[in-house]
Amino acid sequence: MKKRSYLALEGISVSFPTKRGAFVAVQDIDLSIEKGEFVALIGHSGCGKSTLLNVIAGLVKPSRGVVFLDGDVVDQPGPDRAVIFQDHSLLPWMTVEENVRLAVDKTMPGKTKAERRDWILHNLELVQMAHAAGKRPGELSGGMKQRVGIARAIAMNPRVLLMDEPFGALDALTRASLQDAVMNIQAQLNNTVVMITHDVDEAVLLADRVVMMTNGPAAGIGEDLAIDLPRPRERIAASELPAYNHARHAVLEFLHQRYSNPLDHAA
Amino acid sequence: MSNIVPSPLDPPHAATPVAGRTEAEVIPHPRPPSAARLSEMTASPPSRPHRLLPLVERAQWIAAAVLPTLVTLIVLLGIWQVVCGAEGSALPSPLRIWTESHELIMHPFKGVSLGLGGLHIDETGDVGIAAHIIASLKRVAMGFGLASVVGIALGILIGQSVIAYRALDPLFQVLRTIPPLAWLPISLAIFQQAGPSTVFLIFITAIWPVILNTAAGVQAMPPTYRNVARVLALDPATYFFRIMLPATVPYMFTGLRISVGMSWLAIVAAEMVQGGTGIGFFIWDSYNSSLLTDTIVALVWIGMVGFTLDRLVGWIGRRVARQA
Repeated sequence: MKKRSYLALEGISVSFPTKRGAFVAVQDIDLSIEKGEFVALIGHSGCGKSTLLNVIAGLVKPSRGVVFLDGDVVDQPGPDRAVIFQDHSLLPWMTVEENVRLAVDKTMPGKTKAERRDWILHNLELVQMAHAAGKRPGELSGGMKQRVGIARAIAMNPRVLLMDEPFGALDALTRASLQDAVMNIQAQLNNTVVMITHDVDEAVLLADRVVMMTNGPAAGIGEDLAIDLPRPRERIAASELPAYNHARHAVLEFLHQRYSNPLDHAA
Repeated sequence: MSNIVPSPLDPPHAATPVAGRTEAEVIPHPRPPSAARLSEMTASPPSRPHRLLPLVERAQWIAAAVLPTLVTLIVLLGIWQVVCGAEGSALPSPLRIWTESHELIMHPFKGVSLGLGGLHIDETGDVGIAAHIIASLKRVAMGFGLASVVGIALGILIGQSVIAYRALDPLFQVLRTIPPLAWLPISLAIFQQAGPSTVFLIFITAIWPVILNTAAGVQAMPPTYRNVARVLALDPATYFFRIMLPATVPYMFTGLRISVGMSWLAIVAAEMVQGGTGIGFFIWDSYNSSLLTDTIVALVWIGMVGFTLDRLVGWIGRRVARQA
């Protein structure tokens, strides 16, 4: 039998009960991700990307199939699979530091208070937010909040980092600067990452593999494209490489020709 | 493959130019900072009106906020005086209230003394209006305090659990429409005594807004907070105190604020029926003694105290929401 990958989704189907019978969101998904790999999941709205991510996070139970992480079966949420939510989900009544501490206290129970504080500040420095440790989320811009959201997730020292459209709510320039921050962190930590995105450039620039999903209901994996670009990547230099443009073209073709937005057909 | 590389690799394309630019702005500044500070210290005369100006502005601001209310009050009192000023008018005019209830207005704290054991109220019965207010406030404190604790607990229960919500919410919706005084016979039958039954009356009147608003707050909590707690695998106590309670506090205090107002409404009604002490009793007593001017003074006091209670709970709510 073939050795199972670090993160392995085997025969995952998810259906939700509705008034008109079960709605199958995703069907028979097999996905293998190696340790340290950065995988982007891309697809049109409603194709079940988020559902799939929530299954890995343990927030949604699959109707069929199993998720394995490093050999263990995953069936409930836990801090070893940190999630970066699209709306950052910082708790507004806590300071930036307290928000990160909530995660750190949970994941490093053996450490002293000083060690934990150092670890919190180290992680805030990684996202260039150490200066705002004492501020509340309400005092920060959207991009800064999401930086703190990233810090909270990586401070948990997760086995897998799950990003649910992390920059979807940000403007293009802020998004670019956060993408750079993620690339820098990834160069240092080499996390295993699964990221959901709508943005073709984001997927190609950040990921080692772009997994393209077909349209729902009963969505599946349409294509799995390896992005063969050297690291570290730099957005302007990368955009001039033939491999970048080739990958970009392949994703665009998949999304807009082979599996174009279902709403376009309806119109 | 190592998971963490502790050495901070500075991104060359991002961090360095930014740091360089901020420095470039600071260094060629024409005046050294010490000179700037010195000029500020020597220039003390112009700083004086600077300190006065906000005071004047503040006074103007307060005047602008308070004046309209004050003018309205004076105009209304004037109309009242004109309409009821005639001899033998059924409703006493403001001037008649001032002369006839002068003693009551000027000596509200008669019979109340502040000793080592706290507030002491003279037991002979001949006491100022503040003594009655204090007696009422004590009952409200007990009934409202009890209603807050039980109400918040029940609110969280039905907000959290769908089954508890289905089981209890319809019941609460019916019970909350029962007017306070309708509870009085039952309350008296259960407790036999005036004291506890008044407290129960306030409790049963005040609890509904607390329950329903707390439950609404728990239900309105953004689902992502719950997901954060699940991903962090927070234990129930941490989840409750660090996430659910702070997220619900604003709703809770909306309920408490409505509830304290309703307590105050109920206490007056209850005391009118079961006398002895309290502001409700005072009103009933003064009406029976045909001292209508006293009744009106009591009404003003009730309004002021009710207003203060409302603002107090609102203020505490804002403080707690900021702290939490």
